[in-house]
Amino acid sequence: MESRAQYFKPAAREALHNPDLQQALANVQAGFVGKRKFVVDRFPDFEGLRERGRRIKDHTLANLDVYLEQFEAQVHAAGGHVHWAGTQDEAQKIVTDICRQADARIVTKGKTMAGEEVELNEALEAAGVETVETDLGEYIIQLAHEPPSHIIAPAIHKTRQQISDLFNEHHHRGTLKDKLREVPELVDEARGILRQKFLSADVGITGANCLVAETGSLFLVTNEGNGDLTHSLPRVHVAIAGIEKLVPTLEDAATQLRLLARSATGQDMTAYTTMVTGPRRAPDTDGPEEFHIVLLDNGRTRMLEGRFREMLRCIRCGACMNHCPVYSAIGGHAYGWVYPGPMGSVLTPLIVGLDRTRDLPNACTLNGRCQSVCPVKIPLPDLLRDLREEQYQHNLTPRTTRWGLAVWAWFARRPRLYNALARAGIGAMGRIGRRKGRFRHLPLAGGWTAGRDFPAPQRTTFQAAWRQQRGANR
Amino acid sequence: MVLHSLRAGCTPFKGRTRRRPATNDTNPGEHPMPDAASATTRPTVALFATCLVDLFRPSVGFASAQLLEQAGYRVEVPEAQTCCGQPAYNSGDNAHAAAIARQVIEAFRGYDYVVVPSGSCGGTIAAHYPDLLRHEPQWRQAAEELAERTWELTRFLVEVAELELPGVDHPGVTTYHDSCSGLRELGIRSQPRRLLGQVRGLELREMDDTDVCCGFGGTFCVKYPEISERLVSDKVANIEASGADMVLAGDLGCLFNIAGRLKRLDKPVRAYHVAEVLAGTAQRDAAIGEGEA
Repeated sequence: MESRAQYFKPAAREALHNPDLQQALANVQAGFVGKRKFVVDRFPDFEGLRERGRRIKDHTLANLDVYLEQFEAQVHAAGGHVHWAGTQDEAQKIVTDICRQADARIVTKGKTMAGEEVELNEALEAAGVETVETDLGEYIIQLAHEPPSHIIAPAIHKTRQQISDLFNEHHHRGTLKDKLREVPELVDEARGILRQKFLSADVGITGANCLVAETGSLFLVTNEGNGDLTHSLPRVHVAIAGIEKLVPTLEDAATQLRLLARSATGQDMTAYTTMVTGPRRAPDTDGPEEFHIVLLDNGRTRMLEGRFREMLRCIRCGACMNHCPVYSAIGGHAYGWVYPGPMGSVLTPLIVGLDRTRDLPNACTLNGRCQSVCPVKIPLPDLLRDLREEQYQHNLTPRTTRWGLAVWAWFARRPRLYNALARAGIGAMGRIGRRKGRFRHLPLAGGWTAGRDFPAPQRTTFQAAWRQQRGANR
Repeated sequence: MVLHSLRAGCTPFKGRTRRRPATNDTNPGEHPMPDAASATTRPTVALFATCLVDLFRPSVGFASAQLLEQAGYRVEVPEAQTCCGQPAYNSGDNAHAAAIARQVIEAFRGYDYVVVPSGSCGGTIAAHYPDLLRHEPQWRQAAEELAERTWELTRFLVEVAELELPGVDHPGVTTYHDSCSGLRELGIRSQPRRLLGQVRGLELREMDDTDVCCGFGGTFCVKYPEISERLVSDKVANIEASGADMVLAGDLGCLFNIAGRLKRLDKPVRAYHVAEVLAGTAQRDAAIGEGEA
């Protein structure tokens, strides 16, 4: 999808005043945060596991070329095809070409954020292929023609009522008198529709939760089983994954999966965990005839070289957004692209470009809760601050901010002058506000006083009072 | 690689050496007066008041100094302090931030300890200066040396000074907001609670989400006022739901944000810096955002 991150502020404002969205978001904090805490607390040494996860990712990224070549060789040995996609256009062309060669009319899709990143659905529809999302959340937003608002719960912004209305409109042309209300009813209805699609699909497209270099395998985790039906029923299976999804060994993959389920959904393990190695072989009773893996770069090797390498550790669990107070307030769509929340605020500028994403690194209080729950210890606040520095260096910081900082810094570096001016200014401000104790309005502070009073200062500055009380030398 | 170890772990303080006052010759109830003899034996703490305390709430500076003196330290307030540079640092203006960091390093050279009544400013000095000055080896070394000596107030009082509060009363129900930088960069959580446990009549009642950001975030609160207002509204709702009549925290930024929202909504809950209650001065001074009687 085209990034709309430049409209962050109006989109965030709209989100704050959208009652349906606010109702839906209330569940995020309550559900994900509590469940994660429960399973993490009962795990013997989750900190140790995080550290192991971090080390595995750092080691892999430091030797990515070696492991990618090993992975490619192992996929070939298992009878699969490896495709290297440098850009969005290349990824789209590779996948649509495979579908064309397979004479595909219907494609089923498991959830893939890499696929969202390169606008795979749009490319397939343009090539005349019917594309059906099979993850329930993805299916819902496909009906609604909306992008995902969360990387593991793409329809988290939708209320049950809205989903019921969508199903009525698309499945029954609005004729349903007794609308579906309960979750099992909604799930059953979607299952009935999707079952037909699974059985008639020519190509199945999935993502990959991790790639294993030593075996050429990929892992898919779902809670609905749609990943298995998508990869095993059609004649052709295409998986698409960012190159950072690689780990060296099966043992490493196990570590990552243990971190992933706990951090993402607060499960010890997802309902379905599938390991895929190549296409169907001689003794197999099922599975696709062809297996393709598309390895996506799309800016990742550039990140590998620079100061943002740590972001490539990301295993796409969504814990950072679940614990982000800003995400919890405005939801995912305001961030304007496929990756929202803290990880998106780092990734989007790096992939889409700094100039069209100016708000993302700044719309964060740097409170650090995201880093404290990240299963691979990505220092998200530091990376966001680094992006702010890049913005500053590229003259993307607003001129008023730059001037304000320069003037303030000029005074801050002249303590005598600063202290004298502070004493005079604070004295005046204190005289005006002391009786009431606060200001309802202050010049140049409209951002503060729109929703808050500004507490009035006490009589003078600390420096002045201290020196008056204790004498000049203390 | 130090950069990465700093980023990865939030425990740059382990293994610090403690230098407690050599003589325990002061009556903890009195303010020890400086004299030549004790000045040589008592370690000196330089108080970094922070710009917010300096400008808007000197009572926090005095309360901090009083507590440090009660613990037997000599307190000085270096005149060349203004701000820690965080506004520039968090805005990506590293050149100005580094210039101010160098000034702070110079101003606080030679003191046994630097104590800051703020986890946010303390975190900037202790957790970020070395990274900020990473391209200047000598300054970086000086920054690391300063980081070793720099402590957030409540952590210093508990872990270095091992202060036993002399009979302080503050009856009422209190709740405590964990400021993000202090909590996650400096590990401040148990220390203020432990000190508050020594205040007579004070009942600490935890609110929900004590560790969730109040929405201040430095310049964030004026750059994204609507999001910030929503966050502070959630915080105020949690404070109210706790049933407390007073909210405390260790950072004036958060407190101004919270008190500003409380007052805008005409809530009776009073806000103070934790040092003011520990020093017993909260009974005397008007709460943040409240008028003088």
